[in-house]
Amino acid sequence: MPHDHHHDEPHSLLPSDPALRVKALQTILVRKGLVDPAAMEAILETYETKVGPHLGARVVARAWADPAFRARLMADANAAMLELGISGRQGEHVVAVENSARQHNMVVCTLCSCYPWPLLGIPPAWYKSDAYRKRAVREPRAVLADFGVTLPEGTAVRVWDSTAEVRYLVIPERPGGTEGWDEESLATLVTRDSMIGTGFPREAGA
Amino acid sequence: MSRPHDMGGQAGGRVEPAPDGIPGYDAPWHRTALGLTLAAGGLGGWTIDESRAARERLTDYPRFSYYEKWIAALAGLLVEKGFVTEEELAAGTADPAPLSPRAFALDKVAPALARGTPYSRPGPAPRFAVGEAVTTRRPAANAFVTGGHTRLPAYAEGKPGRVILSHGPHVFPDCNAHGLGEAPEPLYTILFRAADLWETPENPDDEVTLDLWESYLIPA
Repeated sequence: MPHDHHHDEPHSLLPSDPALRVKALQTILVRKGLVDPAAMEAILETYETKVGPHLGARVVARAWADPAFRARLMADANAAMLELGISGRQGEHVVAVENSARQHNMVVCTLCSCYPWPLLGIPPAWYKSDAYRKRAVREPRAVLADFGVTLPEGTAVRVWDSTAEVRYLVIPERPGGTEGWDEESLATLVTRDSMIGTGFPREAGA
Repeated sequence: MSRPHDMGGQAGGRVEPAPDGIPGYDAPWHRTALGLTLAAGGLGGWTIDESRAARERLTDYPRFSYYEKWIAALAGLLVEKGFVTEEELAAGTADPAPLSPRAFALDKVAPALARGTPYSRPGPAPRFAVGEAVTTRRPAANAFVTGGHTRLPAYAEGKPGRVILSHGPHVFPDCNAHGLGEAPEPLYTILFRAADLWETPENPDDEVTLDLWESYLIPA
């Protein structure tokens, strides 16, 4: 066995190559009737085609366009999300946090990789990386520099380390030059990273 | 005690940004790993806290990639909870059986994903008020199980902070991860000054928040 010293860990009984390991586990689970392949495909399809950052962008765009909605979102994010039909696993307890000239918000999970799936979907690799998990709380400005982001003088950073089942959605500042834009147009400016706090929305006309 | 997953505040390499939108998979097996983990999670055989604890205690945690951790922890949970035997893992196959009534069925997928699993529970009234000063306990360790799962990061142990949000009682992972029941405790968001966490913060006005259960906190 390649991992004799880990013989007490069941995974070491599987092939060590990750692709073969996953394949073996899939074979076992499907043959035993513990995983329905059609259900597994439906789950994956949900996160590949239906649930993604376009949903978070709808929430942000409505918050920009509708002050009453924004107030409801800040008071009870899950109830406000439901107005747009958005809810789900890993987003049961959402808190929206607003960026301003004085405060920039940024989200991390240093202990694992907690992420607001119903709003942003599958997390990008960098969010799950050791580098981001290690550095975001201690040197957020250096991490922002990796994204090409520099904050204006006088803006403080507040990093939200998601250590429980609360999930955070950053509401970035509405870009200038978008007066009178409808929600659909506004949503095209909202990037995934701007809702995690490692980016800004696109500029109008960019 | 080794807690390789508890990496907040350490030095690390460059963060590599990714294109906007829904991320693809870096390898085809990542897709299967994600699908299997979520589908098997639908068996209801373990909680999210047990799942996190199973990943954290992997001997290979520091060496494994993200989805390798998922798959190794899944194999461990399936054996521990009696769904799969070590013999089946070693054989890489199993005798065919009809779909289990516990399996995550196709017609349950959409409603279950949309519903999620709320973690708020009836429980004790909060001891701390919003605005109140608190100190986190030291060390950041499970008070019930030696070396067990906890959600207080080491970088925030023994630090002064202030309550900014009160979420009410939530399932307590230190107990729930070890089969000791949900033991709900009031959950708070605690605000820390970067200058109280780090000797040399990037900016003295910067802040960090953590979501912490009541027993992680003592009055300041």
